[in-house]
Amino acid sequence: MSLAEGVVRILAEQAVAQRFTTVKTVWLELGVLSHVEPEALAFCFEVVARDTVAAGARLEILRTPGQGWCMACSQTIQVTTRLDPCPHCGGYQIQVTAGEEMRVKELEVV
Amino acid sequence: MCTTCGCGNPDGPPGGHSHGDHGYDHAHDHDHTHGHEAETRRIAVEQAILAKNDGYAAANRALLEERAILALNLVSSPGSGKTTLLVRTIEALGDDLAIAVIEGDQQTSQDADRIRATGVPAVQINTGKGCHLDAHMVGHALHELAPAENGILFIENVGNLVCPAPFDLGEAHKVVILSVTEGDDKPLKYPDMFAAADLMVINKVDLLPYVDFDVARCVEYARRCNDAIEVLQLSATTGAGMDGWLAWLDRERRALLAARKAALQARLSALDAEFG
Repeated sequence: MSLAEGVVRILAEQAVAQRFTTVKTVWLELGVLSHVEPEALAFCFEVVARDTVAAGARLEILRTPGQGWCMACSQTIQVTTRLDPCPHCGGYQIQVTAGEEMRVKELEVV
Repeated sequence: MCTTCGCGNPDGPPGGHSHGDHGYDHAHDHDHTHGHEAETRRIAVEQAILAKNDGYAAANRALLEERAILALNLVSSPGSGKTTLLVRTIEALGDDLAIAVIEGDQQTSQDADRIRATGVPAVQINTGKGCHLDAHMVGHALHELAPAENGILFIENVGNLVCPAPFDLGEAHKVVILSVTEGDDKPLKYPDMFAAADLMVINKVDLLPYVDFDVARCVEYARRCNDAIEVLQLSATTGAGMDGWLAWLDRERRALLAARKAALQARLSALDAEFG
């Protein structure tokens, strides 16, 4: 819920800075390793957005893939969950390098 | 029909669409209200949802570092024994060093009362319906608490292994506390929290004979989501293993003080070089 409030706060600030009154579409980037369930966020967003510039706005969620650096193999690997071992060596010495993003990427506004 | 507004002129009116001042007639049989709908436009924002929280966290961290206060964000399920661990820690260290506590709970000031009973200053944050502390709340609590320099600040987060994970409060470390009555598979079920923590404290080890909790398996699960996580085992109730925890606190505090000293010395050298 507070993440949805964070999104609406960003939209309200943008509305003042960029001079618009209504948000039609919000593109959110949520990495597959980020701390949020997209469906839950979409549900909360709809509720939180009521009576704001984002009321009724369409939410487009872009899932970005997870990536990590395997310290044992010294190479970049694909990571789909926090519990994945390295597909090459089976180890867990993995530093996540991408996939944790939670960003408001773009807006369509009037 | 004009595709801009649906008016009768197939080519659309000349000179843009300022109805009313063009000099010819066309049928106004469309149903939109005049003052044409403003055009939609796209705006690139590229802003992290937690940017605001992270800004407050950075301010908290700067203040804590400047005062050389070791800040630890204690996270766990409800009932893991965080407050008991804090009370025991204060009993062991409170005479020698300045400890302050921020307590987060949805309701009541019971935890802060327990801490204050030990003689240590504590501020209770009630989050109401909120399921985690955020850096803004902690900033206010810091202002109220004014923790002494060179000490330790414990921030006891709301008991919840999910939501506090992504919220940076400005702490030096997140410490996740897991009691053996909760089950050894918690790191697999809540990997985000164990990935965010630097230390896992396995608490209530005095109960190990009575529960089905495999410590080695729990540590293995935790290291699957966080290869670098440190692990301590203790019982805050009996005192077993408390030495390891106190040694860890001492090591972290010394590291922080050394870093602060080095930063101040560098600043002093720079001022010396500039103003002699």
